[in-house]
Amino acid sequence: MRSTGKLSLWLLLTPFALWIVLLVLLPHVQMLRVSFQVRESWDTLAFGVEQYRNFFTESYYWRTFLRTGVMSLFTTLITLLIAFPVAWYIARLARGRAKGWLFLACLVPFWASELVRTYGWMILLRESGLFSAALQGLGWVDGPVEMLYNDVAVIVGLVYNGLLFMVVPLVTTLEGMDDNLVEAGYDLGGGHVTVMREIVVPWAMPGIVSGCIVVFMLTLGSYLTPILMGGKDSAWFTGQIFTQFITRFNWEQGAALGVLLLVLSSLIVWLGLKLTGQSLRKVMG
Amino acid sequence: MIRMRTTTLTAVAMASTLGLSAGAASAEELRIITWGGYAPDEVVAAFEEQTGIDVQITLSNNEDMISKLRATGGAGFDLAQPSQDRIVGVQRQFNVYKPVDYSRLETANMQASMVEATQQATELDGNYYGVPAVWGTSGLIVHDSVKDIVTDYTDLCSEEVAGQVSYRLKRPTLMGFAFSMGLDPFAAYHDQDAYADILSQVEEKLIDCKANVKTYWTGGDQLLSLLRTGEVKAAMAWDAGGWKLNAEDPEINFVAPESGALGWIDTFAIPRRSENEDAAYQWINFVMQPEIAAKITNASGNFTVSKGADEFVDADLRDAYRASFDDGAIDNIRWYPPVPPGLETVEGQVLDRVQAAK
Repeated sequence: MRSTGKLSLWLLLTPFALWIVLLVLLPHVQMLRVSFQVRESWDTLAFGVEQYRNFFTESYYWRTFLRTGVMSLFTTLITLLIAFPVAWYIARLARGRAKGWLFLACLVPFWASELVRTYGWMILLRESGLFSAALQGLGWVDGPVEMLYNDVAVIVGLVYNGLLFMVVPLVTTLEGMDDNLVEAGYDLGGGHVTVMREIVVPWAMPGIVSGCIVVFMLTLGSYLTPILMGGKDSAWFTGQIFTQFITRFNWEQGAALGVLLLVLSSLIVWLGLKLTGQSLRKVMG
Repeated sequence: MIRMRTTTLTAVAMASTLGLSAGAASAEELRIITWGGYAPDEVVAAFEEQTGIDVQITLSNNEDMISKLRATGGAGFDLAQPSQDRIVGVQRQFNVYKPVDYSRLETANMQASMVEATQQATELDGNYYGVPAVWGTSGLIVHDSVKDIVTDYTDLCSEEVAGQVSYRLKRPTLMGFAFSMGLDPFAAYHDQDAYADILSQVEEKLIDCKANVKTYWTGGDQLLSLLRTGEVKAAMAWDAGGWKLNAEDPEINFVAPESGALGWIDTFAIPRRSENEDAAYQWINFVMQPEIAAKITNASGNFTVSKGADEFVDADLRDAYRASFDDGAIDNIRWYPPVPPGLETVEGQVLDRVQAAK
């Protein structure tokens, strides 16, 4: 009896294990190996840390990384600020059908791919686009306005892409909160701000942190939105990795940058968890 | 053996799926990796009818082609179409092609001067690795309203067109700007220091010029839409794109820059682990027939190496071509010599610095 139970457990785990080992672990090990490889020709092979040295000596690599990191953090913060009231409304105020519809409204944009959503924003923001035409129609501006190809446009696109992944965990945690807690807070003489700070936020903290981690990682790893909407100033770290692999067939440098992205982003998430006093187990569990 | 060990896991996975799909199809198959427009449906259908071979087309570009072939060590495709300057260096570094057997080709159908040029450019250890196929140039696509201002690559940086120009961040841009600044990068190909010096001057120029650029274009369709909407008035681009726009809007056309258009020849090359070499040679001979070659020109906008194909080409396209190139401009074309290994790493760093500059 026990042995069949064990067997079925293993059978159930097999697809997952195969997936993890073949598609996640092995490629990463391979990438780690390639990143230490210095190649001059196809039939010679040497190992070294040249690629990693490049990252620190060529200022544009680490500057781009820094820029990507800071902009991702900023995007995460804005996403949180926008998503919180939305999640609050869906979880606490909406009733019955309205709740389902609102949730669906958050989900619908994700039926289209990131590429389509990005092109949607480009049609709205470009010089010959809808917003520019509307502003001119209203007589607020004299000529066409270019709203695309800058950092603000990139952040708008990224926030839009991250919104759903922030709303879902927030709704889940906020739904579990007892109304009595909030009422008790007011009864004890707390104002809006105090209740928010002392009761709601601590309660929602696991949701906030897990939402932030997901949005941050998604943003840091996104490729299409920053490249297409940022235009000439769209230095984004994933873009550099893509360029190394595909445009320059410099897999060695690309692999080194990829490993650095993985390590540095994990470090940032770890720091975030430490600073907010959360543990990964609590947040994800 | 070393080669085997360096192939990535994905490559193995890819190769095995390709192997499976090849096994499933019983008919003979020819897998071509090429550029958009180089294998139009019409031509593919005619070839399939004549030979009974099933043709599979994968659209690509130079870098992507090299990356894909590098990943599999030259497997997965039976025929590729890289540019001739990107063959020898790549072959020496990654060993992804096999030599071309010219005796199996009907070279009588091809322009002899181009065959000779390509043989020279793709020679390695006494073997030729490429057959010329399609040629074209990159230069400027300019709207009539700015055609007196923008006559050379560096004019894209003039104040009158600020915010209305676009170019790619790729090696042709580096070469074009260098020539336009009176430098000769091709002559410095084999002198690393001189080449680095030229590139650093170009880098400075491109960083200064950055404020002028609306956006660096990354795909043909993106560029065409920028020009079509009038958001961009002048851009560095391929001739065929300019002629396509010219057909829609006569005010836009391709212009050969004063310092010379940059000429490229795309070739046929046979991947090292091609599974159907016979079909590959059949395809090359098939598309080099004048009537068939003209269909490729009509589809892609670029002219082929096939002799006598001109008379079958659309009249509009021929006119647009003549408007862009007088005899002087043709003589002035600068053909890309083969890129020695190592140069592209240096160029890559320059392009990255321009991209990251504020």
